[in-house]
Formats: sequence, C-alpha cells, structure tokens
Amino acid sequence: MNGQIIKSKAEIRAEKLLPGNQDFTSITEDIAGVPEQKNTPIQWWLLFGLALSLLGIFAGSVGFLIWEGTGVWGINNPVFWGWAIINFVWWVGIGHAGTLISAILHLFRQNWRNAINRFAETMTLFAVICALVFPGIHVGRIWVAYWFLPIPNQMAMWPNMRSPLIWDFFAVFTYFTVSLLFWYTGLIPDLATLRDRAKGLKKKVYGFFALGWRGGNRQWQHYELAYLVLAGISTPLVLSVHSVVSSDFATSVIPGWHTTIFPPYFVAGAIYSGFGMVMTLSIIARKVYNLGHIITVEHLDKMAQIMLLTGCMVGYAYSMEFFVAWYSGNPYESFAFVNRALGPYWWGYWAMIFCNVVVPQFYWFEKYRRHIPFLFITSILVNIGMWFERFVIVVITLHRDFMPGAWAMYNPTIWDVSIYLGTFGLFFTGFLLFLRFLPMVSIAEAKLVLTESDPHHGDHHE
Amino acid sequence: MNSYGILARFDSPKSLMHAAEKVRDEGFEKFDCHSPFPIHGMDEAMGLKRSKLGYLIGFMGMSGALFGFGLQSWIHSIEYPMNISGKPFFAYPAYAIITFELMVLFSAIGAVFGMMFFNRIPRFHHPVFYSEKFSDVSSDAFYVSIEVDDPKYEESFVIDFLKDIGGTEIEVLKDEI
Repeated sequence: MNGQIIKSKAEIRAEKLLPGNQDFTSITEDIAGVPEQKNTPIQWWLLFGLALSLLGIFAGSVGFLIWEGTGVWGINNPVFWGWAIINFVWWVGIGHAGTLISAILHLFRQNWRNAINRFAETMTLFAVICALVFPGIHVGRIWVAYWFLPIPNQMAMWPNMRSPLIWDFFAVFTYFTVSLLFWYTGLIPDLATLRDRAKGLKKKVYGFFALGWRGGNRQWQHYELAYLVLAGISTPLVLSVHSVVSSDFATSVIPGWHTTIFPPYFVAGAIYSGFGMVMTLSIIARKVYNLGHIITVEHLDKMAQIMLLTGCMVGYAYSMEFFVAWYSGNPYESFAFVNRALGPYWWGYWAMIFCNVVVPQFYWFEKYRRHIPFLFITSILVNIGMWFERFVIVVITLHRDFMPGAWAMYNPTIWDVSIYLGTFGLFFTGFLLFLRFLPMVSIAEAKLVLTESDPHHGDHHE
Repeated sequence: MNSYGILARFDSPKSLMHAAEKVRDEGFEKFDCHSPFPIHGMDEAMGLKRSKLGYLIGFMGMSGALFGFGLQSWIHSIEYPMNISGKPFFAYPAYAIITFELMVLFSAIGAVFGMMFFNRIPRFHHPVFYSEKFSDVSSDAFYVSIEVDDPKYEESFVIDFLKDIGGTEIEVLKDEI
C-alpha cells in the first residue's frame, strides 16, 4: 500500500513491550550485563547496607524473643493474635502476585509478563520466607516447631489435621516449595547464559546450577511441558493458599471473622498488595539499572490496571461485609463492623479505606497509570493499606468480642516493631543479592516477545 | 582425537526450523536443534513424539493425593483417635485441603525432577561443549547437531548435507586428547 510497511498486530505489540531496535544479542547483553557488571552501583551498596542493618535488628529481636518468650510482644487477653499474624498474612499476600504473574498470566499467554515474572517470583520466594518466620517464632518454644510436622514419635503425638492452622502450615509450606521449584526451573536456561559468558570460578558456579543445559529442542520439549504443568498447578495452589489463610479466621465464631466472603476477599487483597510490591521494586530496579526499555511504562500501566481491578474487589468486599452484618440482624456482627469504622481504632479502618479503595480509583486514568512517581508513591500506599486491612481484621475484631468485661486495648511493643522492620532486612538482603548475582528478567522468555522468535516471522499471509 | 558429532550454525529460528525438517526427512535420528529459547512448532519439525512427562506428573499427583488423604485418615482414625471438640474421627471433608496441597506438592516435584530425568540433566559433559562457539547458543545462535552414533552418520556426507541445507560454520566436535 503506497510502499508503506504494514505491521502486524504482533509486531506492534512487541514494539510497545520492547521499544527501540532490540534483538536477541542486545537483550542478552542488557539483562546478563547487570549481574556481570564490575562496579556495583552505589545505590545498591547503600540499600544493601540498610538491609543488612535491618537484618541485624531482626536477628537480635528474634534472639531476644526466643530467650524471653512471646510475652515481649504486646499481645494480651483478648488480643491473643497481634502483629505476628498480621505480618504473616501481609507477607504471604505479597507473595501471591509473583505466582499470579508467573503462572496465571503464563496460562493466559500474556507475554508482557515475561519482563517482570522473574522479578515477581523472586519477590514471592523471599516474601514467603519472611511470612514463614512468624508462625515459626510465635510458638515461643521454637525448638519444638517440628511438632507441626506429622512425624511418628514415641509420644504418639500428631498434629490435628482437622484444624485450619495445620492446613495453613501445609498450604504455605507447599506454596514455598512449589515457588522455589518454579523459580529455579525458570532460571535454568538463564543460568546457562551466564555460564556461557562467565570465566573462572563464576563459570563453575553458574555452570553447576545450570545443570549442563544445552538449549536443545529435545530438552526444551520436556522443559516447556514441565513449566506449563507448574503454571497449571500453581494457579489453583495460589488461590488455595490465601483461602486457607483466611480459614484460620473464618472457621472461628468471632463476629467479624465468621464469614464466607473471606477466601475470595483475601485472595483479591493478596494480589492487590503483591502487585503493589512488584511495582515498588520494579520502579526502583529499572531506575538503578537503566532497564527502562525492558521493564517499560507499558508494563507498569498493565500492573496498575490489575491493581485497579483487585482494589475494586476488596472495596466491594468491605461494603459487602457491612451489608451482611446489617442484613443478618445479628447484633454482635453489626456491632463488630460499626466498631471497626467508629470505634477506638477508627483511624486504622479509614487508613485502610483510603489506601485500598480511594487510591486505586486514580488508576482509571491513563495519565496516572503512566506517571512513574505517582505509581511509586501509590504502590507503597497500597501496601500500607493492606497492612492496615490485616490490622483491622485481627486487632479491631479481637479487642471487642461478645462480653464487654473481656474487652481490652492492644498496644504493640518495641519488639513487635523491630521484628516487623527486621523482616524487611531479611527480604531486601535476599532480594538485593538476587539482583546482584542473577538475571532479574528472564532472558529466554524476554526474547519470545520479539517477533523474530516466531519461526513464521516474515511469512506472508495475505 | 575422537569425533563425536557435527555442528552447523543457522541464523534464525525460521531457518533452524526449516533445517530441522530437512534433517528429519533425510532420516537422521540422533540430532538436536539448539536455540536460546523454545521454538513453537519445533517438535513437529524434528519429528519428536509428545513428551511422556505428563504421565509421570499425573502419577505423582495422584500418589500425593492418596498419601495426603491416607495419612490424615490413618492418624485420626487408626493411630491415635482423639476427640477434639466433638469432631468425627473420620472427618473427611476437613481432609480436603491437605489432600489437595500434597497433590500439588508431589506433582511439582514430579514435574521438575521428571523434567531433569527425561532431559538427562544434570550432565556437565556433552560433546557440543567441545565447540568454542557453541556458547553463543544461550544468547543469539541457532545450531543443529548430529551425533556420531546416528546410523546414517558419515563425516563427509553429513558435512555436505548440512552445507546444502544452509548451515554455516560447520564444525566437527572433537575432544582435546
């Protein structure tokens, strides 16, 4: 047509996701170049120093907790569950976006995920480690934490398999293992890339973990099937994990917890907060490592759209909880919800509403979805909001139950705060080491976005 | 010096796939097509059968589910029946979650380790690694390799054949001894 070059839909899409003239070589160079660089950026060292300090605080606080017992926390009667469970649920929730991106978006063939999935999966891994810390340490006598496991023993003592707490243990443990396997499987071809480009000791180490990958189609064939199956089984897994977490609450009889809306509502909130965290981390990483042409504004825009969707879902759940509390005619239920909004912890409730319901409404507008500083600030607000959601559910519900005589206020102690801050140290130490030594974007999968990777590229279909 | 096979380089996924079709049609069996990423349609081009990994994963998943359900039933009905808040001993609806989780766990282990088994990895030595240039395959190169134990293998014939179908930088894989 008048000598114009007519582009196919696939080409236009590829250009949006990988702008500029990129080819297989430049993608390898850009992504593998990061862990190979001789001079680590100064920002990395600053963040790593901060992360290590927080990790020190973590180790000290957990050590003191184990020495002294869980009495150092602010938990009391009736608020038996304090920050430990809030932080546990918060961290697990953050992990969920990683699995959603790597598994569910893979099944839906959303190839824009290829730029952020490695990133998000790594986030999942460390977030779940941080989450697992809390059930591990909250038992007080940490040296008998193995009692969680169904191990035959001379006391004939078994976990109660009919309790949601043990379901939760199995769910999160499975989730961690499957996430680790998924993450490692995705890494194998990229480790081979790093092996092929490295020299000396590095070559040996990368080579060891690359397992002798040679990129032959006889290998890709089984590899792709394994990857597809992992994506397929991670999808129901990720939906089950937060549903099971919610059943810790929902199977109890406490007004405000005993609701059937919990599983879907928890899953939506988890994905919402997880995307917030992926957004925060990817904005920092693309800035520090100049990867704006691989993790593009297009990607951030799409993540903001998912946050809008899941933000509206949690907003719907908040209003539905109120509706059902009123409609049920149960005075305890109604009281629990009025107390959330207007009771002594009203500020927690309204902080949650502001961050989770009001803030995402800006994402209706493309202007805000593509405004990077705005996205950065709101993505942090999202996670603050989601922390408050768990605060609302745990503390506000527990502090006033059936009998006014049993009511009490809850105050966290310095150890609650230091362990929570400490888990950031654990998370960021791991994450920064990952950024330093491993490719933060999947090299093999990023290439699949290029139209040249299609064996029918250039064929004419009139 | 022993020779183990022959490598030929191709410049794009498209040419690699056309080459694969020709190698298959010529009747070679012990050959492989190396690329930096999986190429859609390559299995048919090479004449590979469907991967059997799925059966293994299915078996592992079912074993996981059976193990999970069996474990819970055995603990609460046989090994140590204990009355906890009046719940029935064989409370099978409550066993659904752990049954499901163990099914997923076993399937994932089956998928990853089964993939390694079918791919025969870890395997750190392989003739293709004798080539200096082969390391490009994890970045931007596309190679066909034909191994020496293929029944149709004959060095000069294979070299000519690979040249004919458009291969460049043809290299005979030899060890250093």
